[in-house]
Amino acid sequence: MAPVVSTRLSASDHYTAWKARWGINRMGFSIAPGLYAIGAPTPASPVLVSANYILSFDALRSSCVGIDAWILVLDTKGVNVWCAAGKGAFGTEELITRICEAKLDQVVAHHKVIVPQLGAPGVAAHIVRRRTGFSVVYGPVRSRDIPVFLSKNMHADPHMRRVHFTLYDRLALVPMEITGAMSYFLLVAALFFILSGVHVWGYSAQMALVKGKYQLLMLANAFVCGAILGPLLLPFLPGRALSLKGFVLGLASAAGPVPYLYRAGLFGAVESVAWILMVPAASSFMLMNFTGATPYTSLSGVKKEMKYALPVQIGCAGAGVLLWLAARCI
Amino acid sequence: MAGCPMYLKNVTTLTYDRERCSGCGMCATVCPHGVFSIQEKRAVAGERDACMECGACMVNCPESAIFVKAGVGCAAAVITVMLG
Repeated sequence: MAPVVSTRLSASDHYTAWKARWGINRMGFSIAPGLYAIGAPTPASPVLVSANYILSFDALRSSCVGIDAWILVLDTKGVNVWCAAGKGAFGTEELITRICEAKLDQVVAHHKVIVPQLGAPGVAAHIVRRRTGFSVVYGPVRSRDIPVFLSKNMHADPHMRRVHFTLYDRLALVPMEITGAMSYFLLVAALFFILSGVHVWGYSAQMALVKGKYQLLMLANAFVCGAILGPLLLPFLPGRALSLKGFVLGLASAAGPVPYLYRAGLFGAVESVAWILMVPAASSFMLMNFTGATPYTSLSGVKKEMKYALPVQIGCAGAGVLLWLAARCI
Repeated sequence: MAGCPMYLKNVTTLTYDRERCSGCGMCATVCPHGVFSIQEKRAVAGERDACMECGACMVNCPESAIFVKAGVGCAAAVITVMLG
């Protein structure tokens, strides 16, 4: 018998989702592949295919309140449907294997499996049908549309077939951006803080304490742009390339505090120029790396923007660091 | 806001051979950015700049009428490959 799972998420399920969003124990969120039941499914009930990533599985089952269905979980090595489909783990062979292993032809009387639309890059529907006799019906992009999809005799309205990238979607990605960049940020911040005590006569810890905090302010500026503001403001930033969006945002965020710190005598002229170069470079690089988290950037496009952006980022960052070091020695 | 921001113009490797199309509509079903639609019983590739090269249309075309150099648009992954 297939294990029966609840359509209601417990407090512990929500805690797991929160941890996954912050990247805590990120690779430990897989469930056993195979056939599950929600409600009291019969041989006439629909079969919904999912990945063995806990957030995918939980999103699916919590969308199916009051529905009797079978859930066929593929072994995607704990990776979500879309990413696993892109790499082929959520794929034709795996689906065929699971249909056979679950003896699905003996469990249900119909010959249909509902595969999430975003699983399509890995699944060739016509091959699955030829090899197993089961037709693949592509379900909606978002699991929350499944009840309507089922009620309309397995028809998805056009808007259910489109991927969106709403403010909420982008906000959900921010914790992972922060977690991913934090260790680099702390390392660079420590370096800049320590080095800000360097001057032409030697080293002064007192000076590091006085000047270091303004260096940290500028680094924090770049970090907030690249990890938080960039993702959130993405559609409103100028340009199409994410590296350009990040550069413009970084430049804008440096344009306020740097002249202020210069006029206040806290930054020298050379140091000011250094930060005007380094903040946009860092913000641009970070937002360029956000391409992997978006649902609309193509590999060809990413390669094209990198060809132009990487030299600019390296040039600005390199020149900025040299000027910043030179400013210590003047 | 609806949909996604538009990415770079004229970069997609998507090609489509109308002569081979049987009009099954699978490409229009699986494309997450609505690039394909069915008009007069044949698929039409509309807003090609919206293509993210996921490969879903190519994989699900029973007539092999669609080609795209499928891949994941992730700069971090490209850098990882570059660094070996």
